[in-house]
Amino acid sequence: MLSKRIIPCLDIKDGRTVKGVNFVGLRDAGDPVDLAEIYSKEGADELVFLDITATHEKRKTLLDLVKRVAERINIPFTVGGGISEIKDAYALLKAGTDKISVNSAAVKNPQLINELHNNFGAQFVVVAIDAKYTDEGWKVHLRGGRDRTEIDLFDWAREVEQRGAGEILFTSMDHDGTKAGFANKELAHLSDSLSIPIIASGGAGNMEHFKDVFTDGKADAALAASIFHFKEIPIPELKAYLKGNNIPVRY
Amino acid sequence: MNIALIDYGAGNVQSVKYALNRLGYEPILTKNHDEICSADKVIFPGVGSAKAAMEQLQQSGLDKLIPTLKQPVLGICVGMQLMCKYSHEGDVKCLGIIDTEVKRFEVDLKIPHMGWNTVSNFNSVLFNNIELQEQVYFVHSYYVPLNENTVAVTQYGIEFSAAVQKDNFYAVQFHTEKSGEVGSQILKQFLEL
Repeated sequence: MLSKRIIPCLDIKDGRTVKGVNFVGLRDAGDPVDLAEIYSKEGADELVFLDITATHEKRKTLLDLVKRVAERINIPFTVGGGISEIKDAYALLKAGTDKISVNSAAVKNPQLINELHNNFGAQFVVVAIDAKYTDEGWKVHLRGGRDRTEIDLFDWAREVEQRGAGEILFTSMDHDGTKAGFANKELAHLSDSLSIPIIASGGAGNMEHFKDVFTDGKADAALAASIFHFKEIPIPELKAYLKGNNIPVRY
Repeated sequence: MNIALIDYGAGNVQSVKYALNRLGYEPILTKNHDEICSADKVIFPGVGSAKAAMEQLQQSGLDKLIPTLKQPVLGICVGMQLMCKYSHEGDVKCLGIIDTEVKRFEVDLKIPHMGWNTVSNFNSVLFNNIELQEQVYFVHSYYVPLNENTVAVTQYGIEFSAAVQKDNFYAVQFHTEKSGEVGSQILKQFLEL
């Protein structure tokens, strides 16, 4: 049976791991390569690296980091942040990344998704969507939640699937950093209306939240950062808990 | 040992190279026919669409060379699918080593089949010392149906070939290079054949 995936996310700035609360107030949480190896050994199913300042900094630092991670760890990993052209994605592929994640660049230029799909295949293309509930419904937000668009979350999710994304990484800005649980209702709606896997992000605070996101939220994978980085929830314990609750996991 | 890692523009060669490095081997990344023929082991990776990958193989004449190889060859993911006679992904004729057609999943489940899944019904030295129900990492939308060369089975709505073997040709649908310790073990067993 296909397992539900647990994915630690490492937000990268200046080659270090950081995680902000609601994307503001960054706090150092260690060396990315060391963390990647620890997570891999602890049983993480995949890793995501989001270079949150990639658009402002030189790409070379990130490529070096990606290469070091690829050399050392033997589970799949995704790299996101600042990818707006095919050549960015190609450089990351060459450095050893398994998937790339695009967010704002895909909203500004949706054709990018088709191009990535055609050049590298669906399995390489994750589209990250940040959304927030407004009085007009769930709206896609850009730049780490700072800029609101008029694009409806569910319309955009359908469009990215049609354009050839292999997975969607959905972050609820309303849940991110709250540790009060994932946006299960919206996640279930996404899962029911799409045929590609959905990665849930934003809101993990305890082990029960993971159980809920895989049952009520119908997510295929769940991503979290600080609760793993600060060892609030050890991955082996989380896997044992999920298994005990009849959720298929790699254990 | 001389390991040729076929680098034809449709593979995640870097990931496979690093996996081999972790096992203490240094492969040659190549599409040169002589280098491939003289290697002790050949690894044939692949990601992306079967059609694009076949076109890349044809451009370098590898479509003719690979079926004639005599040393152990390991196909990975799309590499395995290309060893079959035909792929419905882009409706393309493939290498014809394994006498079956690659089909798209028609199941009421998420596509691609992406993530860790169990492998069972082993019937190959590749899986020596691997425990039944161990999990490995898959990413694919097309699959190789069960056939006379199937040597491992995975279930995703239907049962399909997780691995095939025919003469000196071995192939796995999952990514050995990304399947943690189990994947490393399978890769190691291929290299020690």
